[in-house]
Amino acid sequence: MREPRWFQWVRGVGLCLLTLFTVIPLYVMVTTSVKPLSDVQDTFQWWPSVLTLQPYVDMWSTVRLADYFVNSVVVSLGAAALSVLIALFAAYAISRYRFRGRDLFRFTVLSTQMFPGILFLLPLYLIYATVGQATGIVLQGSHVGLIITYLTFSLPFSIWMLVSYFDSIPVDLDEAAFIDGAGPVQTLWRVVIPAAKPGIAAVSIYAFMTAWGETLFASIMTDADSTTLAIGLREYSTQSTVYWNEVMSASLVVSIPVVLGFLALQRYLVQGLTAGAVK
Amino acid sequence: MTVTSTAQAAPPSGAEPDGPRRRRPRISKRSVPYLLLAPALFFELLVHIVPMLGGLWMSFLRLNQFFLREWMSAPFTGLDNYRFALDFDGAAGVELLQSFGVTAAFSIITVGVSWVLGLAAALFLQRSFPGRTLLRGLFLVPYALPIYTSVMIWKFMLDRSDGMVNATLSDLGLGGERFWLLGNNAFLSLTITAVWRLWPFAFLALMAGLQSIPTDVYDAAAVDGAGLWQQIRTITVPMLRPVSQVLILVLFLWTFNDFNVPYLLFDQAVPSSANLISIHIYQNSFLTWNFGLGSAMSTLLLLFLLVITAGYLMLTSRRSRNA
Repeated sequence: MREPRWFQWVRGVGLCLLTLFTVIPLYVMVTTSVKPLSDVQDTFQWWPSVLTLQPYVDMWSTVRLADYFVNSVVVSLGAAALSVLIALFAAYAISRYRFRGRDLFRFTVLSTQMFPGILFLLPLYLIYATVGQATGIVLQGSHVGLIITYLTFSLPFSIWMLVSYFDSIPVDLDEAAFIDGAGPVQTLWRVVIPAAKPGIAAVSIYAFMTAWGETLFASIMTDADSTTLAIGLREYSTQSTVYWNEVMSASLVVSIPVVLGFLALQRYLVQGLTAGAVK
Repeated sequence: MTVTSTAQAAPPSGAEPDGPRRRRPRISKRSVPYLLLAPALFFELLVHIVPMLGGLWMSFLRLNQFFLREWMSAPFTGLDNYRFALDFDGAAGVELLQSFGVTAAFSIITVGVSWVLGLAAALFLQRSFPGRTLLRGLFLVPYALPIYTSVMIWKFMLDRSDGMVNATLSDLGLGGERFWLLGNNAFLSLTITAVWRLWPFAFLALMAGLQSIPTDVYDAAAVDGAGLWQQIRTITVPMLRPVSQVLILVLFLWTFNDFNVPYLLFDQAVPSSANLISIHIYQNSFLTWNFGLGSAMSTLLLLFLLVITAGYLMLTSRRSRNA
């Protein structure tokens, strides 16, 4: 495409503005995390009066950050692993078999993805309470309960994305495996999964990310022993003070793993998204 | 032939070649997909179908704090909850209508701005130049951040009379001293925060969409003398239509159901100008313990989203068929 002069100007100005819009909040996060508390309580300054790493030390004792961190890791890993594992089998069935009820299942999965979370929260809350009263199995506030709850949004997404990855793998590969005498599960394990590895990784990190940042279900379904980061970070605000510097240092620490994972895998995520969109 | 009867991705559905089988498999071939689907089916029932039916049932009950422990014995009240929620002369109905309006405005503005920013960035970064990869990674960071992190940053910037936004505005001589998280300003704060988080997703999807447009279409247009602006208008935007349609629908459903941004930005006291529908239902259910009313509102929200989605899909598929 030939680029006229005006477009180069528009591009230059446009990219500058978008970069500023993106970077200023990130800059504020990073610099606030190395400011002393007195700096964040007074009028905002662009540059810290003293550079200090004290917030990174104090953030662990102001709130039970380590506990929340562990809870978030357990719940997010659990939710991602469980939903991807279940979705692998389901997506394989949808992608490779024609059977009665296939379209109904696909439609259900697709439509539940768009339903508001609040729709499921109320009944799940009461169902968990009822199960707890009837059987003594505590789902309310337990890690397992939260993991199952998180399937409400990670499972449909995982199935939907994996189907589009599997569809892009030639069926000839499966057929060769069948001729060699492999059953469906073996074929899935030895042929389809290795071929779809990048896609599976992308879906896993996405499922992990959504669970890592989830707030609505966590605000109701956790108790003191299972509080996740999304809820726990609010405790830096006390009645008298908000420890903004510690909020930012803690936010930075909990963000780094997911941001790196996302940036590494975004290429494969795009593939899955567009495969679903263009079809 | 074992192949054809098992892996039937190739023939269209319905045409099932049922050749003679040499070996009798232990599990009937027809049940294989159902067995593969069984775990997903079980959990779909558990987290989606049963709660949805439960929610529907609860919307017909007078389910308040007195019946919470024994919710199944709460009195059946028919359509009372719906009547109450939709009574636009009463307080609950007025609040619901107001919250609905706020949510609609919030979704339309957020999705529109995100789409425009995403398209601009995708077009700007289409051609390779030094620093392109860096910018692309940078633009994606807000989306990759956990929601509470991005909201906390904005909360800090918008907070207080001497916070970052007010301090900068008064440095620039633009006044300042506004309380961005209160009153009508809250809506603006909410929208900016949501756009900051969401536009990179539009950028990501539209960038992928641009890659699927063959370059020779542009070359042909250039030969015919079409300028860049004409090329963008007559080739790029129409060719991005399938991606845009899915993108806009998904973004709309996300923002319409958004709970995280207002909840984290304003804590419990969400100003009425930023009181999104999810927050409104949440407050009715978990703060005033009126689960029956909350369920009725959830059901109404679901119906509305279904109608919107169906209408949108019909409209867009008809338009693309005509195109």
